[in-house]
Amino acid sequence: MHRKAHRGLAIASTIALLITAAGCSGDDGPGSGGASVPGVTDTEITVGTHMPLTGPASAGYSKIAPATKAYFDYVNANGGVHGRKITYKIMDDGYNPANTQQVVRQLVLQDKVFAVLNGLGTPTHTGVLDFLKSNRVPDLFVASGSRSWDQPDKYPGTFGFNPDYTVEGKILANYAKRDLAGQKLCFLGQDDDFGRDSLAGVEKVLGAGAVAVKQTYVTSNTNVAPQIGAFKAAECKVVVLATVPGFTALSIGTAARLGYKAQWLVSNVGADYPTLAKQLGAAAPMLEGMVGTNYLPMQNDTANPWIQLFTKINKEHNGDAPFDGNTVYGMSVGYLFVQTLLAAGKDLTREKVLAAVQKGGFQGPGLVPLRFSATDHSGYGGQRLSRVTGGVQSYFGPAYETDEADGSVNEYTAAPVAPPANGVPTVS
Amino acid sequence: MSATRAALPPKQQLDERGGRPVDRRRGSTLLRHLAVVLAAGLLLVAVSYTVEPFRNFQLATVAAYFCATAGLTVLTGLNGQLSLGHGALMATGAYTAALCQTAFADRGMTGGWLLPLSLGAAIVGTVAVGAVVGVAAARLRGPYLAGVTLAVAVVVPALAVTFDGVFNGEQGLSVPVEPPPLSLGPYFPYERWQLWVTGAATLLAVLLLANLIRSRYGRTFRAVRDDEVAARLAGIHVARTQVLAFVVSAATAGLGGALLAVLAQSVSPGAFSLTLSLFLLMAVVIGGLGRLTGALWGAVLLVALPDLTHSLTEMLTLSPAVAQRLEGNLPLAIFGLTLIVVMIAAPGGVQGLLSRLGRAVLARGRARRS
Amino acid sequence: MDRFVFLTVDGLSRGAVYAAFALALVLIWRAARVVNFAQGAMAVAAAYVAYTVSAATGSYWLGFVVAIVAGLLLGALVDRVVMRHVDHASPLNPVIVALGLVLLIQAVLGMVYGSEFRPAEAPFSRSALTVGGVAVLSPYDLFVFATIGVVVSGLAWMFARTPVGLRMRAAAFAPEVSRLLGVNVGGMLTFGWALASGVGALAAMLVLPTELGLHPHAMDLVFVSAFTAAVVGGLDSPPGAVVGGLVVGLVLSYVSGYAGSDLTPLAVLVLLLAVLLVRPGGLFAPVAARRV
Repeated sequence: MHRKAHRGLAIASTIALLITAAGCSGDDGPGSGGASVPGVTDTEITVGTHMPLTGPASAGYSKIAPATKAYFDYVNANGGVHGRKITYKIMDDGYNPANTQQVVRQLVLQDKVFAVLNGLGTPTHTGVLDFLKSNRVPDLFVASGSRSWDQPDKYPGTFGFNPDYTVEGKILANYAKRDLAGQKLCFLGQDDDFGRDSLAGVEKVLGAGAVAVKQTYVTSNTNVAPQIGAFKAAECKVVVLATVPGFTALSIGTAARLGYKAQWLVSNVGADYPTLAKQLGAAAPMLEGMVGTNYLPMQNDTANPWIQLFTKINKEHNGDAPFDGNTVYGMSVGYLFVQTLLAAGKDLTREKVLAAVQKGGFQGPGLVPLRFSATDHSGYGGQRLSRVTGGVQSYFGPAYETDEADGSVNEYTAAPVAPPANGVPTVS
Repeated sequence: MSATRAALPPKQQLDERGGRPVDRRRGSTLLRHLAVVLAAGLLLVAVSYTVEPFRNFQLATVAAYFCATAGLTVLTGLNGQLSLGHGALMATGAYTAALCQTAFADRGMTGGWLLPLSLGAAIVGTVAVGAVVGVAAARLRGPYLAGVTLAVAVVVPALAVTFDGVFNGEQGLSVPVEPPPLSLGPYFPYERWQLWVTGAATLLAVLLLANLIRSRYGRTFRAVRDDEVAARLAGIHVARTQVLAFVVSAATAGLGGALLAVLAQSVSPGAFSLTLSLFLLMAVVIGGLGRLTGALWGAVLLVALPDLTHSLTEMLTLSPAVAQRLEGNLPLAIFGLTLIVVMIAAPGGVQGLLSRLGRAVLARGRARRS
Repeated sequence: MDRFVFLTVDGLSRGAVYAAFALALVLIWRAARVVNFAQGAMAVAAAYVAYTVSAATGSYWLGFVVAIVAGLLLGALVDRVVMRHVDHASPLNPVIVALGLVLLIQAVLGMVYGSEFRPAEAPFSRSALTVGGVAVLSPYDLFVFATIGVVVSGLAWMFARTPVGLRMRAAAFAPEVSRLLGVNVGGMLTFGWALASGVGALAAMLVLPTELGLHPHAMDLVFVSAFTAAVVGGLDSPPGAVVGGLVVGLVLSYVSGYAGSDLTPLAVLVLLLAVLLVRPGGLFAPVAARRV
């Protein structure tokens, strides 16, 4: 009797579950939008992203997508793009590739987004490249410096944003070669493509044997004393760090307590001063003299018109959240996407957006040019060096551009453009 | 000393009215299970035509997780061995399948039999790993077993980074999967095909598990869980039984992991972290430990609960400042609270609750008839 | 040789913290037969309270004391509000509830404090003093060793010599008999939870300045190491927890120093297997560890 009841229940519950699933599906027939471009109606463009809003990797990064959204809200308040308002769906994946699979499918299959914008993270985003490709979803301005996004033949719809880690490594090494010549140089990198690509860039400029001590760390082990101890023992004078912010702070803090001093050259990934200073607290003076790189306006440069614009938007549309490099980054992504939409024209399709990005020629907050073309899908092609002096991080010297191959590191001299008066790009 | 052993599910062996054993055979167990599985399969096919692609994908994910939770509930619920390392076993299966599929694709091999072959290889690979862990596990009890399996859960994803020449580090491998066979038509939705593949594999695995549970082996599993000394007196080789249970459970975990890899068309260590192992355990306990239906509920919750709580939070309209704080965190808080409340209100999990409800309804029906 | 000394000292100072945290796990295991997976999250919550107090008053030591008090209260609260109501017939149920608590606490901390790292200040200099050219201990390391020494000996004294300790042990090992003898078993259980959580909070205050900083997930990895330490030492043995903590600290330090930090998880697994296959109840288990 009960056996039957059990089995009956099991079957009934399975049916109930499946029906629930069916019921949830909701019919959104082909009525939305004339030519039925997914995510586009006459009044709205829906785009989505995946970001770590929770979990160990969320520090700092969780602020990017809200900043982008704030910029879109600002544009919407100013009439939108070709009369369409941008809706930005932010999905939390906790930096877990399994969650990314789910949320990106939800964005594409259920929410029917027009494009995925600025999905963050190398391991997370790598897993959805094939899915986005087979669904022909534009995959714009991925938030990571991996070189995987620049494969126009394999992934025609995917474009990067950040300068790749090799470019960065080359520019840091170029500085070491010119200004710190003859000093023993060592390298600490994350044990993945970030650290590897960065080291490759350093060695392209300095030569394979030039890095005296190479160390790696894994994010699951927060003790870097053995690595820093090795630098100290080898008496390294210059240390290149391909580290995320937490480990930049940890490395510099560990060096201080081991009584070890070096000139730190830090990847843009882990060089945002407000983030580091906040984490180090009273120990922030240890960051003095740190050389970093960036390619967007410095967040503390209140004279910069872009920073003035972004600060204003941050106040009006982002609840006046603490303003740092992540905010600037998020809004710059938003600006570039609006430029792309404008360039794609009023009759928006996915093909037109991809064509617009490939055509390139975008001028925005970036200090160096974006490299987009039919054969190049990587983002910014250079960086400028910054230094912390008296607790203030500011740029010095010229901006540099280079490629991820064996090209030389060149100065980039074109003057940066100013933002349009109302902060919304216009059709060029 | 039950505390040093893993869980005992609520007693269900005896009918409370007559004290007769409930397990009365009516026809062949195999046939009965076969009928249920066939019905479920037909239902799944029907559903795959009525729901939209994303739901198909979600159901396929449920199926893949069900594979793993079913094995875990056999190990933990029926054999009393606690494993915090099933995420690692899933990773083993996933990477094996990924390497096989890549090898096939690199050699330009095509054909419908390649995927089953990869899945089979994944099972074999995971069985090998599971046997090693199982031999160690058979010597350990309670928290000591938890400690070792927890270490396994941490080690396996880390190995993918250590041997990045083979496993490509954090970025992981992509899993080339062929499109649906052309005989289904040129525009056959990919997600529906995914549901068919994972559903078929999972139903097959669950059918085998269900029969195992009802067989002599299933009884020795339970005997060892209930009282090791008595089991030994009855002539059961305790350690061998425990290793067998671990291997069986590893096989299904490996298959589940391989299915996940095929679904995602990629594998990376981040997807198989310690968190996954802990979530699997939560799933089987919340679903109802020791029962396959409980494992199914657990798998459903793993997929549906984050989605539901996310939709719930999306319905709230909040100022940007508040929204930024709640975003992502509120779903997790609801998830955690649900776990606590369910465990306190219904220690037998969802399935225990449903059984109780079902019994109450039946009892009332009988009362009315008499 | 210099490197060996350096790695040893570094390993011991981290190991001391693992030891304290493992001790907290052992305390709850002895009192309630529960592995408290929420220990890390609870300790972080206490540390956040300390952070708030220190930030408001500017006093590290006030925050330090508040953290321990908050830990004690949180432990008692968790026992009274949550764990007391969990069906302990299956030892898995409390584990799942603890995991639910982890999610809940971390999410609430994330809502209140955001997911940014907050600085965790150290009360003493962390710069190492050099002896004969080798950087050895920092004043902070000495503080950690001293604090943990005090805690361990205090607990040992309490369990061995005081009536409260005796009653706790009795309540844990023979609850029915103890109840008959007039021991307030429920009260002892709550006291055990509070004590363990207080020690956990203390451990968090000691370890956070050496980590990335204060973050809802800051103790996740420490928890894994400390749990390993407790298992290596034997969950029933406070001295085992201390030895286990130091061993795990040393192994982690040597392996990442000599072999590479990506191999540390593997080293931990090897250590666990090596110890447990010889002594299935941990290093300090009584000889007849395997009860059936």
